[in-house]
Amino acid sequence: MASISAKRLAKELKEIQTEGCPVGVNLLRADDFQTWLFSIEVMGESLYKGEVQTLQFRFDSNYPISSPAVQFLVRENEGIRAPIHPHVYSNGHICASILGTEWSPVLSVVAVCVTLQSMLASCKKKERPVDNDRYVLHAPENPKKTQFHYDDDTV
Amino acid sequence: MSSDYEYSDDENYFDDGDDMDTQEDAETFDEDEDDVMGVDFKTDDKGKRKAYELDYSSFSQSDVEDLMKKDIEYICGIFGVDSGFAALLLRHMAWNKERLVEKYMDNPDKLLVAAGVAAPETPIVPPNRLKSPTASQAGNTRRPTRTGSKLLGFGSKSSGASKSPTISPTISPTSSFSVQPKSPTSSEPFTCPICCDDVPSLKPVALDCGHAYCSNCWTDYISAKVNEEGDLIVRCMGEGCALIAPDSFVHSMLIPDPTAPIGDAEKEEANGNTWKRFQELLVRHFVSSNRDLKYCPYPGCTNTVSCPSAASKLSLTSVVPTVSCGARGIGGQMTQSQQAQGNLGLAGKEHKFCFGCPIDSDHRPVVCGVAKMWLKKCRDDSETANWIKSNTKECSNCQSTIEKNGGCNHMTCKKCKHEFCWVCMGPWSEHGTAWYSCNRYDEKGGIDARDSQSKSRASLERYLHYYNRWANHEQSAKLSLDLYAKTEKKMEDMQITSALTWIEVQFMKKAVEEVDKCRMTLKWTYAMAYYLASGNQKDLFEDNQRDLEKAVEDLSELLEQQIEPEMIPTLRQKVTDKTVYVQKRNEIVLDDTATGFIEGRWKWNVSVDGFDDPENTD
Ligand SMILES: [Zn+2]
Ligand SMILES: [Zn+2]
Ligand SMILES: [Zn+2]
Ligand SMILES: [Zn+2]
Ligand SMILES: [Zn+2]
Ligand SMILES: [Zn+2]
Repeated sequence: MASISAKRLAKELKEIQTEGCPVGVNLLRADDFQTWLFSIEVMGESLYKGEVQTLQFRFDSNYPISSPAVQFLVRENEGIRAPIHPHVYSNGHICASILGTEWSPVLSVVAVCVTLQSMLASCKKKERPVDNDRYVLHAPENPKKTQFHYDDDTV
Repeated sequence: MSSDYEYSDDENYFDDGDDMDTQEDAETFDEDEDDVMGVDFKTDDKGKRKAYELDYSSFSQSDVEDLMKKDIEYICGIFGVDSGFAALLLRHMAWNKERLVEKYMDNPDKLLVAAGVAAPETPIVPPNRLKSPTASQAGNTRRPTRTGSKLLGFGSKSSGASKSPTISPTISPTSSFSVQPKSPTSSEPFTCPICCDDVPSLKPVALDCGHAYCSNCWTDYISAKVNEEGDLIVRCMGEGCALIAPDSFVHSMLIPDPTAPIGDAEKEEANGNTWKRFQELLVRHFVSSNRDLKYCPYPGCTNTVSCPSAASKLSLTSVVPTVSCGARGIGGQMTQSQQAQGNLGLAGKEHKFCFGCPIDSDHRPVVCGVAKMWLKKCRDDSETANWIKSNTKECSNCQSTIEKNGGCNHMTCKKCKHEFCWVCMGPWSEHGTAWYSCNRYDEKGGIDARDSQSKSRASLERYLHYYNRWANHEQSAKLSLDLYAKTEKKMEDMQITSALTWIEVQFMKKAVEEVDKCRMTLKWTYAMAYYLASGNQKDLFEDNQRDLEKAVEDLSELLEQQIEPEMIPTLRQKVTDKTVYVQKRNEIVLDDTATGFIEGRWKWNVSVDGFDDPENTD
């Protein structure tokens, strides 16, 4: 019997393939039910005009009961960097309550993409989180292992 | 509390209800409770309490559950709500019944939403319109409209809707959750939005908000919450939904109806364990909300101790609240009975801990604040002092390596037969006489120190003096595990080599236990002496400390002796006498120190929370 996560992700994938992604969001890779990649672009006028970000999802077998591990992909040698945003660390980790305490199993991969897209769209000033250097130095590989403190509940 | 309260528009009603306002949590745990509980582990049942003892009692998990039930019934009685909702309300208010009643009177809707009992968008039924059957959720097509009779029901306990409907403006229904085998749209098959399962037998399960998921998803979700996050707040899985699952809902998702088992033994067992863990979390939350209660810190133990006399911070400057939950042993080897002495060693160790601070052992005679300071000092200086903990030292006479493998501090070098004290490395001959002053630190060196370097050396030396002795007793206590094993062996041998019966050789065990206990006392006396201001009082304290230490070392040495069969009757007499003496000396130290705290006799050389600051001697 397939695990819940496989069944659920198969359904999400099918929906993406039949109905397509929202504007500015594109599925780059979904070869298995462990890691998916999306590209994200903020449409219209914004501080990120012309930038395309890569978003990585990692799922464990308990998805969607447990939240996916979501981060911006960073490949320094290929020139892939995380967007500069007060809630995005330079290693790609994102401080957003929806990925932590506010996660709900009824949310989907696409819903997360859209939320993060609008997080970028509403950004007023391009800057790194104040504790970026300190955090990145000791950050765990998996952002889910970090207990973020959500100082801004708009995301 | 009876449940015949009727809602009254009279705002003064609850102000007049003095019995309610003054109902302290403590009242729930007073003496006559003991009959109900069936357990009573008072420290002293021989009558007069000693200065170093205090009253406390122990509760099992189900005893605490009974206390919780009482509070829940009380709230059910006044609010006329389902017990599941009453429990959520109490949990939200950290089990403060008075505050809960107050807040409820102030703004019931706000409270119900905050406590996760009602959804914010739920239409509010004002008390005067209580009978109108509204409250079906707007915009929720999946849910059946609630029937009026359901709306006016008040929990399974109330025998009928005709019973005075008390004061429930918004809390609805009997069922705190609803399994919806048929929904209005039952022609459409149900697909769980989480796992995407859509088998025909799949039933949607929802809290009052109507966010429906399959029971497997609920079970997985609850298990993740309880086991991985240790969280007893199970919110609805719906995005942004703040409703919290009542206990009965959690139960129904974990423990299947006996008529419809899930048929997977492994899963059933896992779910059963999750339910057990959930119940434990509920009890822990209740206990941590009540100043008079503390959960036993021993691993695997679920007992709770009540000790109202040590509940205030102020009391901790005059008492050391050492308590015991009544159980012994650890994990699987645990026994709930205090009488069951069991084996020696860890399996039989009593669950002693401090009610006033996180130290999970008996730190008498020193008060919590000073004990905490000392432990912090030890942590901060751990590197400097690490070498002391080693089990080997060099003989001060011939420099050969000597290993300590027992609790006794009287060492004899195998090579040169030099007899010395493990602690101070001085010749043992000085320790047997009235000159014995191994426990005392000579402050003169520190006073003479002029420059800062020798001053700091003197202060380190001073610390090491106390730390050394502290650590040594701790180490000896650890080695006492070996001593326990050795003693058991000796007891067996003794039965063979002498005519003594099992009962008659118990003197060995008694002695070992006493030594262990006294080493704990001694250990903490060094923490105390380190901070005691020098003077008459400290001298007297150290006199008592010395007498106890000397007695303990003597007894310890007797216990480690080779046993010759013909010597057993004499040994038995000696050990028994010494044990009684050691016990007496220990009592003197504990009693005098405790009395001193009550009288405010002890002065410190540093400032300690709750005590007068030391007189400035600089
Ligand atoms: Zn499901
Ligand atoms: Zn809900
Ligand atoms: Zn215990
Ligand atoms: Zn304490
Ligand atoms: Zn020697
Ligand atoms: Zn000595």
